[in-house]
Amino acid sequence: MSEPTRRSLLTSTAFVALGAALPGLPVLAVVAPAVADTPTPIPEAYGFFTPAEAAFIDAATARIIPTDAEGPGAHEAGVVTFIDRQLNGDYGRAVKWYMQGPYGKSADGQGYQSSFTPAEAYRAAIKATDDYCRNTYQGNGFADLTPDQQDSTLKAMETDGIEIPGIGSKDFFNSLLRQNTLEGFFSDPLYGGNRDMVGWRMIGFPGARGDFVDYMDTSDQPYPLPPVGVEGHREMQMRDPNSTETK
Amino acid sequence: MSTKLPGVDVLLVGFGWTGAIMAEQLTQSGLKVLALEAGRARNTDPDFAYTQVHDELRYGIRQGLMMDPAKEAMSFRHNPDEPSLPVRHWGSFLPGTGVGGAGVHWNGQTYRFLPTDFQIKSNTIQRYGAKAIPDGMTIQDWGVSYDELEPHFNTFEYLCGVSGKAGNLNGVIQPGGNPFEGRRSQEYPTPPQKMHAAGKMFGAAASGLGYHPFPQPSSNLSQPYKNPLGVQQGACAYCGYCERYACEMYAKSSPQTTILPVLTKRPNFELRTGARVTKVNLDSTGKRAVSVSYVNQQGNEFEQPAELVILCAFILWNVRLLLLSGIGKPYDYRSGDGVIGKNYAYQMTTRIDAFFKDKPMNPFMGSGALGMIVDDFNGDNFDHSGLGFIGGGYIGLLSTGTRPIEQQPVPDGTPAWGSGFKKALKDGYPHSAYILTHGGVMSYRDSFLDLDPTYKDAWGQPLLRMTFDFHDNEHKMSDYLTDKAVDIAKAMNPSAMKVSRRHGPYDITAYQTTHNTGGAIMGANPRDSAVNRYLQSWDVPNVFVMGASAFPQNHGYNPTDTLAALAYFSAKAIREQYLPNPGPLVRA
Repeated sequence: MSEPTRRSLLTSTAFVALGAALPGLPVLAVVAPAVADTPTPIPEAYGFFTPAEAAFIDAATARIIPTDAEGPGAHEAGVVTFIDRQLNGDYGRAVKWYMQGPYGKSADGQGYQSSFTPAEAYRAAIKATDDYCRNTYQGNGFADLTPDQQDSTLKAMETDGIEIPGIGSKDFFNSLLRQNTLEGFFSDPLYGGNRDMVGWRMIGFPGARGDFVDYMDTSDQPYPLPPVGVEGHREMQMRDPNSTETK
Repeated sequence: MSTKLPGVDVLLVGFGWTGAIMAEQLTQSGLKVLALEAGRARNTDPDFAYTQVHDELRYGIRQGLMMDPAKEAMSFRHNPDEPSLPVRHWGSFLPGTGVGGAGVHWNGQTYRFLPTDFQIKSNTIQRYGAKAIPDGMTIQDWGVSYDELEPHFNTFEYLCGVSGKAGNLNGVIQPGGNPFEGRRSQEYPTPPQKMHAAGKMFGAAASGLGYHPFPQPSSNLSQPYKNPLGVQQGACAYCGYCERYACEMYAKSSPQTTILPVLTKRPNFELRTGARVTKVNLDSTGKRAVSVSYVNQQGNEFEQPAELVILCAFILWNVRLLLLSGIGKPYDYRSGDGVIGKNYAYQMTTRIDAFFKDKPMNPFMGSGALGMIVDDFNGDNFDHSGLGFIGGGYIGLLSTGTRPIEQQPVPDGTPAWGSGFKKALKDGYPHSAYILTHGGVMSYRDSFLDLDPTYKDAWGQPLLRMTFDFHDNEHKMSDYLTDKAVDIAKAMNPSAMKVSRRHGPYDITAYQTTHNTGGAIMGANPRDSAVNRYLQSWDVPNVFVMGASAFPQNHGYNPTDTLAALAYFSAKAIREQYLPNPGPLVRA
């Protein structure tokens, strides 16, 4: 990655914040710090993004779901890995989208009308946004900006304030960047995001669990079991908080 | 190029709910029935096996059970002056594909349309005067009454084993049921599902306001059930993966879990999958269908002769096939002449998220059709005098399973991203419940379906084009319903709320409902309708058109029970009247 020092800084900030938030948290969240103590390393190899593009998306998604006092965010969840894998597959190539022209200008409510596949849209948006940042912030690209500058840039993107050839920046932000960030934070860990189920545990969602029949009569009482992924046994990923073993 | 195949008695285009019902009914009469399904063969085992079906990204978001728009999409415009553009991926509604059709990924709400719904035009004029119907609104009576359909509603509900509580048994109002419903000849086959705590809170609040809450009739079964065909279903586990998903428990009624095991044992039935019908072929008079053309998955073309052709596809594709085949006169919105494509309608939904900060609400527990409903503002259950609209809908607290990629419940005023969003979601989700309003949409002269002049599918045929927007009547109706829903929500004493009304133009990207209706509507005469009361084409009497394409406008409820009852009503007419004497069942 282009900025290893910045990443380790971000990560260690997360641990401090999370540890500080520990007392008084409900049962599910208590497990989280043990996971965060030995984070799964972010892979250095990407199938679609260049290292610079990955740094951009990692930074951008970390502003959409930040690492903060509330716990891990998009960065710890591996959202950038999730998006990279999605863009390198059927979704990124719009295999199941109707992509025949002509490409008219969409009225409100007519939906996505760019000729770009999602992967092409990301590549164009990253470049245009980085150019915008360099012009606005003394030559710095998005990943090198302060969090406040990054937020301002994303707000510009969200309000069509960045010129991206081929797709509106608001469309890109809402239907791709923000949407895919939520997907990466809350989808099954199978897809490379929601690492250690941090997204599910943040909100108390039990994942792929399939049977609540015995809990319906007490559906206003705390649900006791931790989340499970579609590879059911992976709940064992939730290691004993007292263990110091790595995976 | 096309291979001509041996003929059959009955050819069904599509094998969802109506295809399965017609196949079961007509094979009983000894007819050789062939169903052509464009999608793939699939069954509970192994295709819907746990745990892989509980994958929100694959099924809920990437639409794993839906039609592939790269092969066949549609186009959309709000009005005839706006350029139509393709729907590049599904959003507002989700057409299914494969054996079972949308009957696999539906939620299971199983409502009978109200008696007054079937006579909406005459009832409105009688009660409020002709001026209550604004210019441009083209509502019609159905040409069939609730009482005529009652036995067929009952048949479908006993096929599915629907879990519910009757509110009107043979004219006697029953405590705990829906007092506004039409007369039922029998109690529901199984008792209501276990109610979620949130539904109980809603029920208490609604009762306190003088309304009449009842458990939503559900085809997610409260207990194991063996239906009259001898097919055994399982009990719902309240997993919260229903709509957009298939059920691994045999607990959500579908063609697979109620009919198919019996049908596949009948030697006079054949189901051919991967067979995409491109046209119904007529003879030289244009008054008789002789065959259909279809393409298989290898791209080979076939001609399949049949004595009787029954369209059982989703409403949009029924209408498209009629247009592609030249059956019936296409609708022209300028003159109002023609019938195919006329009176496309939809529904209008709003949502209220309510938060109870000190209470665990476990919003992930539930099932597709689990909920507590009030019907006090549906159809003509209330006096519309002075309100400025007709129609209505139900208000319900639904516990359908709040899956977090699709839904992020946060209070009003929450930012869309950043730490504020994250904290609101973390604090809000575990303590949230939601109330839905689900209202009917009337039909209008400028809401219709036709063929797109520009965009084509993967086989070179024109896409269907939808011209649709919400009208003033529906905005007023929806705001009225939403106001009532807010009153109930407030009576539940939430710590925070988010009220999501539906204002502005129709947005085809945001999921609302897959209750599209019309385009091949039923009615009393061939000037105003595409099919007669038995769903028989006025123009080509050996073609019948099933499904919600027959609804002359849309009403407040989910459509499945009503379109299934219409299919049974039609099957009875085919067996008892058409087969002995093939020809028009109603004189034009």
